[in-house]
Amino acid sequence: MSAITRDEVAHLARLSRLALTDDELDHYATQLDAIIESVAKVAEVAAEDVPPSSHALPLTNVFRPDEVRQSLTPEQALSGAPAVEDDRFRVPRILGEEA
Amino acid sequence: MTMVYDEALERFEPVLGLETHVELGTNSKMFCGCRTAFGAPANTQVCPTCLALPGALPVANAAAIESTIRIGLALNCSIAEWCRMARKNYFYPDMPKNYQISQYDEPLCFDGYIDVEVYGETVRIEIERVHLEEDTGKSTHVGGATGRIHGADYSIVDYNRAGIPLVEIVTKPIPGTDRLAPEVARAYVTELREIMRSLGVSDVRMEEGSLRCDVNVSLMERGASEWGTRTETKNVNSLRSVERAVRSEIERQAGVLAGGGRIVQETRHFHEDTGTTTPGRSKEEAQDYRYFPEPDLVPIAPDPAWVAELKAALPELPSVRRKRLQAEWGLSDLDMQAMHNADAIELVEATVKAGAPAADARKWWMGELARRANETATPLADLPITPEQIARVTELVASGALNDKLAREVLEGVLAGEGTPDDVVEKRGLKIVNDEGELSAIIDEVLAANADAADKVRSGKIAAVGALVGGVMKASRGKADAARARELILEKLGVSA
Amino acid sequence: MSLIRKTAAELGAMIAAGEVSAAEVAEAHLDRMAEVEPKVKAFLHVDRETTLEQARAVDARLKAGEKLGPLAGVPIAHKDIFTTRDMPTTAASKILQGWRPPYDATVTRRLREAGLVILGKTNLDEFAMGSSTENSAYQLTHNPWDLTRVPGGSSGGSSAAVAAYEAPLSTGTDTGGSIRQPAAVTGIVGMKPTYGGSSRYGLIAFASSLDTPGPFARNVLDAALLQEAFSGHDPMDSTSIDAPVPSVVEAARNGDVAGMRIGVVREFAGGDGVQPGVLARFNEAVQLLESLGAKVVEVSCPSFASALPAYYLIAPSECSSNLARFDAMRYGLRVGDDGTRSAEEVMALTRAAGFGPEVKRRIMLGTYALSSGYYDAYYGQAQKVRTVIAREFEAAYQQVDVLISPTTPTTAFPIGERADDPMAMYLADLYTIPSNLTGNAAISVPCGLADEDGLPVGLQIMAPVLGDDRCYRVGAAVEKALESRWGGPLLKEAPSL
Ligand SMILES: [Mg+2]
Ligand SMILES: [Zn+2]
Repeated sequence: MSAITRDEVAHLARLSRLALTDDELDHYATQLDAIIESVAKVAEVAAEDVPPSSHALPLTNVFRPDEVRQSLTPEQALSGAPAVEDDRFRVPRILGEEA
Repeated sequence: MTMVYDEALERFEPVLGLETHVELGTNSKMFCGCRTAFGAPANTQVCPTCLALPGALPVANAAAIESTIRIGLALNCSIAEWCRMARKNYFYPDMPKNYQISQYDEPLCFDGYIDVEVYGETVRIEIERVHLEEDTGKSTHVGGATGRIHGADYSIVDYNRAGIPLVEIVTKPIPGTDRLAPEVARAYVTELREIMRSLGVSDVRMEEGSLRCDVNVSLMERGASEWGTRTETKNVNSLRSVERAVRSEIERQAGVLAGGGRIVQETRHFHEDTGTTTPGRSKEEAQDYRYFPEPDLVPIAPDPAWVAELKAALPELPSVRRKRLQAEWGLSDLDMQAMHNADAIELVEATVKAGAPAADARKWWMGELARRANETATPLADLPITPEQIARVTELVASGALNDKLAREVLEGVLAGEGTPDDVVEKRGLKIVNDEGELSAIIDEVLAANADAADKVRSGKIAAVGALVGGVMKASRGKADAARARELILEKLGVSA
Repeated sequence: MSLIRKTAAELGAMIAAGEVSAAEVAEAHLDRMAEVEPKVKAFLHVDRETTLEQARAVDARLKAGEKLGPLAGVPIAHKDIFTTRDMPTTAASKILQGWRPPYDATVTRRLREAGLVILGKTNLDEFAMGSSTENSAYQLTHNPWDLTRVPGGSSGGSSAAVAAYEAPLSTGTDTGGSIRQPAAVTGIVGMKPTYGGSSRYGLIAFASSLDTPGPFARNVLDAALLQEAFSGHDPMDSTSIDAPVPSVVEAARNGDVAGMRIGVVREFAGGDGVQPGVLARFNEAVQLLESLGAKVVEVSCPSFASALPAYYLIAPSECSSNLARFDAMRYGLRVGDDGTRSAEEVMALTRAAGFGPEVKRRIMLGTYALSSGYYDAYYGQAQKVRTVIAREFEAAYQQVDVLISPTTPTTAFPIGERADDPMAMYLADLYTIPSNLTGNAAISVPCGLADEDGLPVGLQIMAPVLGDDRCYRVGAAVEKALESRWGGPLLKEAPSL
């Protein structure tokens, strides 16, 4: 049985905002299937009572003082923008929640 | 079809839930040093971190952590001994990283409550969690008929707001409010707002979005044991709207259920103009936010001793303070509630602190000034007059320099921007006439002009003195001290009072 | 001797003594680049004028008596994943083609301040995902030992540039072996410092909890000098360690292993898939260390075999979120914005066009591993394995001061050999990954040429967190002993140039 179906890959592509062609979906489905089967080996390590590590080091409580620092200029901020209007980032129409 | 409210409440029982976002009033953003000023020119308060430029990293603002813990403590929450920030992953153009740094299963504060009062009844609202996250940028929709997102041609985005610290306060489901649900919702948000104010952590201006509220409502048939499906109403931007949104959602849901329909779990939007809600975009697939611990930030482990210090240093909370002030000022529950509703308590308190008697302070704020605020649709606190100025006016009245009528005129002058009360008295020449010589001269004129009345008084009809005093007041254009004038008239007419 | 044959330490001393100018040194390296770049293709961006300007500015600073570090005036090549104010930064991805960052990474900023002169930005696997630099969207980089072979990866441009004598020093990043593996297969020194010892600010993130900036050089002392120049606490990176660190330069000058306890990781020293020539050189290095007075013991770390699958869950999970910011809204490529498509469609088209296959594969793998329903089995379990591996390291470091293994199972493989087989490619990092998962320090130093192909073999020396000095100490000892045997550095002249 395969670890991942083509439909699941299509769902992942949608979640990841990747417009994949049908051929690409097939291709990635095969590859991801092999990779997932291989990485599933993590399950073989007995670790029920082991706490997970999200970080390499056990640091805690790193904060900065509430001080204002120099921001970028609007020119710098917008320098890489694909489209600009009125000192704002111009983006294609948004389908979504009414704000 | 909606159902009228009373009928809806006969058949159904509402369950509320409230999610409130409070923008903290820190100097700098949550994870970078950019300013947080409201209304700055577009994209002037952005940096590599809050624009999510490649390579930039977040560092948490110590003041935001402290404020969140203080909020949690004020809401009677437990404070986590160890917790992490988490990434909430979803794509949206106003969210630069396409994930929001938030908290997931490890909120900084959890399991609290606050008590709110509605018509003298205390309702306990349980708090599920208080967590810290960051705000998004702001999109403006261009083109299309309404300037709304639907039908727009494109949008333009300002990221000044992106990364401002946001505290999310989530209640547990609130059953049992019955027909008072709208009022309870409003009272809760009002109370939260006052708590935030007393903590000094936010300016909590709903109209500027620094306090935002999502209202969850579900209905269950009376006698049923299972709660119904809830909707989440967003875009509720005033206290009044909180109340209206709950009410309208109850009416709408009751209508749907009564007509044999079923409630869809969805996001809805409240419209100020109609007072009703409309559905948001229907979600084709359930959101999967793929939360995971934020690897760019290290865990937060507040020192219990520090938390205890913060707790000990909390200011007197609004509900406690209200009780104390009510006793101090000797007011009835109803009077106190009225002041609370009018947002006048702090102003009265400050006026008393500035030296005014409580009764006078209350009289002015709840009378003359409340009326003015109402007429001009301005929040009481935003009137261009300070508690100190009110205190000065009461002082002038107490010293006999002003009477009530003149005092009202002084207030009018201050509100009109003519300066301090003393400036207005000076400019408008409103000082009461208590120069005995001047007053005596006026009285002599009045007595001469009203010989009949004077005779009546001389012959013992003391009541007739009123007309003479009135004459003096008229002649002095209200500036005479009426009590003193009466005394002098009686003296001059040889009648003992 | 030509300037390009000098070590960085020698160049720094000569410049400081006024024997040669920074501009002359830069020019010599630019000339070398002009000569060999057509074959090696290590650089993505070179700008001769900018480089010479920087060099002249350093000369002026020195002339003005400014006290700069020991590497002032020495040229350096930066992996094109560190942001640079005056040069494009692309992470070897089409999605960032032409992007000019408005800010410097901490690593590049500090090295500028220390007077190093930037020669250019080097090629890499797109977003550092790969072990051969074949995943660059722009060009193939060739191994100077054999132009038909890969220079390792992901920092293959940086390793090739140093191995080809185009630059005396370069920077890299190591997420799963991306410094040590390319160093090993190009016969140079590459160090992964302790996680948090060098700042990630301005390093375009691949996997935040693993990424570590580090140095490349042709000898141990140069690597130590470079690491010391850019590392140390950075308040812009929350995961940066704020603690005193033992001097790595002192350790590199010391090079005494007498009495040190050295552990050979049994699971990495003789298992399947190790090339015989690699194993032979490794075993000789073990004997060499013993002959230098070190006490060598065998240590078993049975869970190290699970590091690879754990890594291929954790790194893709983090990258799926880190790379979400490349969405065509604020910077970089935008595809398909024809006025009718939605932001969501434009995002998906841009990301499909702008990311290469390996990046897409990892984004989808990570999205999968974080999805509700799979999180516990994949991402969650991988994080537990991370803890198990950390415990094994900890137990091992109770017994020994450092652990050693070959850096890679094989020497440089031919270009194209593993390009279509992700699983085979991933095996190149088998021995390097455990130290990334636990944040430990690890270095690769050359230990000879494999008999069967005459290509370089690397010795990996691993040390506990903040034990970077131990890596350099043992590395220097091996280097000294082998160089006296070889009559100079392993790499006197890149054979194929
Ligand atoms: Mg939230
Ligand atoms: Zn910022």
